[in-house]
Amino acid sequence: MKLKWKLLLVFVVVLVLCTASFAADRRIVVGFAQIGSESDWRVGSTNSVRQACADAGFELIFVDANQMQENQLSALRDFITRGVDYIGFSPVVMTGWDQIMMEIKDAGIPVIMLDRNIDMPNHTDYYATWIGSNFVEEGEKSALWLLDYLGIHGRWGEEINIVELQGTVGSSPAIDRKTGFENIIKDHPNLKITQSQTGDFTTELGKTVMESFLRRAQSDGVKIDVLYAHNDGMAIGAIQAIKEAGLVPGKDIIIIGVDAVKLAFEAILAGEMNVTVECSPLLGPQFVQAIKDIEAGETLDKITFSIEHVYDETLSKLMPHRYLSAEEHYPSRVY
Amino acid sequence: MKILKKIVSSSMFSPLLALFLILLFNLVIQPNFLSVEIRDGRLVGNLIAILNRSVPVMLLAIGMTLVIATGGTDLSVGSVLAVASAVSISLIRGGDVNPTADTAMPLIWVVLITMLVGIALGLWNGFLVAKIGMPPVVATLILMVAGRGLTQNITRERSLTTGHLPFGEIANGFTWGIPNQCWIALAVFLLFWYFSRRTAFGLFVESVGANRSAANHAGIRAAVIIVVVYALSGLCASIAGILSASNVRVIEPMNTGQNMELDAIVAVVLGGTSMRGGKFNLGGSCIGAIILMALTQTMYFYGVPVEFALSIKAVVIVIVVIVQSPVTHKFIRREASAQ
Repeated sequence: MKLKWKLLLVFVVVLVLCTASFAADRRIVVGFAQIGSESDWRVGSTNSVRQACADAGFELIFVDANQMQENQLSALRDFITRGVDYIGFSPVVMTGWDQIMMEIKDAGIPVIMLDRNIDMPNHTDYYATWIGSNFVEEGEKSALWLLDYLGIHGRWGEEINIVELQGTVGSSPAIDRKTGFENIIKDHPNLKITQSQTGDFTTELGKTVMESFLRRAQSDGVKIDVLYAHNDGMAIGAIQAIKEAGLVPGKDIIIIGVDAVKLAFEAILAGEMNVTVECSPLLGPQFVQAIKDIEAGETLDKITFSIEHVYDETLSKLMPHRYLSAEEHYPSRVY
Repeated sequence: MKILKKIVSSSMFSPLLALFLILLFNLVIQPNFLSVEIRDGRLVGNLIAILNRSVPVMLLAIGMTLVIATGGTDLSVGSVLAVASAVSISLIRGGDVNPTADTAMPLIWVVLITMLVGIALGLWNGFLVAKIGMPPVVATLILMVAGRGLTQNITRERSLTTGHLPFGEIANGFTWGIPNQCWIALAVFLLFWYFSRRTAFGLFVESVGANRSAANHAGIRAAVIIVVVYALSGLCASIAGILSASNVRVIEPMNTGQNMELDAIVAVVLGGTSMRGGKFNLGGSCIGAIILMALTQTMYFYGVPVEFALSIKAVVIVIVVIVQSPVTHKFIRREASAQ
């Protein structure tokens, strides 16, 4: 008897956690299979899609897969049985989608890929379009900004030591942002990456790894001139490490971040960070536009890059056509 | 000879030997790796960094050691750490108003409430294991997943920061030249060591882990002991959570504490505590956590390419575990007596 009550208690707790709601209305129905809510960026992307769909009057069936491919597979299968009109999809991994993509194609449901892509033979036949960021270009933009910045400050041709905080090992943003950055600096032998380690896209590791970069540089007697962090979170962790080592972030060490999250804008306005290259999660409007275009019978390009800017407080004053002011755009940041 | 034998057969010997070998390797390759200097009255250097940065895993490992000694595991510590980080930062922010403003709540209350939250989550684990009779892996897995959700609810799915200076000092400050974190870890270790070695509590834990029904028959209330060790593990995780939040002054709901339960379990195993329960070695677990961080810092220092660093770390861990496994020890003893 006692055990029964305890079991009942557990069930009640679980039930309360699992509340679900269903809406019934005949509108355009969009199924969206999201990866999860692992970062501010991802949450921003989810909210943007939700908002844009609500504004357009679409009915959105949203599934958070909690980083599991199985969950995404069953969500997609569920979308087919429910007979949704469109599917939005950010795959958690690149492979393993062959079977389900064929089923979706047979069901005649157009798929719009968001921010991540799939890897299968003739994969472009299976989706209407892919909307997302160009990670390689983000790396290139970071390096180009650095070249401009050094030029303006009369440090052109100077020996510059760069340390790099990489993203999660093997993830496509980490690989591409590294590649893009190296594409540009390889033509400039005075720019050298002296240390490079993963900070796993987290603030805490960004700080820990930067501390060790600084100690190593000190024991070798070399100066660190630039930090290139694959995301803003790691840059913010590194800024703390630099301050605690008695250096001035943003002055003694030039700090470059990627993502353009609100926290990075705050750091730039405080003068502790120099630049952030946007990687916008606000793909909702473009997602909705793609659906409207298909409704109107248009054929879409297979790749649609999102529009992204570079924000800082120095070069934007001198080259407003290339760089945007962080101060001006700070109030409108939503993520 | 007798003293030597005593040292070698001591439970602390193999973890310390492993740590010594890692440091020796560094000393040979790069003598100044181990140099410690005093800057502004603070000790700085790789050694201090290793000690300092191993503290969060060390705290988790201390709590985990007792749980493992009862024959369980606590997979939820990483998530509890995240919940604690989120709770402490939201409290210090005083709701969601101004991240740099001084909180309405005194720091000591923030710390105490966060610790209570940790204990409460631990009690929930203990309740599921001891009273409902769920296997520990399943019971704590529930909180591991639910804890992430709870963290996201508390933070409203975004990173929260704080500019509260005294809060940042908890982890980043120095006392008598040594990082505060190290003092906190030392205090927690001494407390746990005292209660598990100088009172009967440790003996109860070991007997429950060795044979729960025998312990029950001997008059030990095994269920109570189990609930207490999970609560203590939750407490340790919440202290680690406060330190982690204080260290970077930000909580990233999906990243903070991610995979740290695994590091904590590895630290306990490296420290020589058997996963089957029974005997445990608190000091060994602390050394285990230091070994892990020493390995990581070594990789950073030599700039081992990211692609290899994880594999090298795995290989070293396997070697250490093999070296100190009972099978190896038996083998060495047999060889020694044969000569």
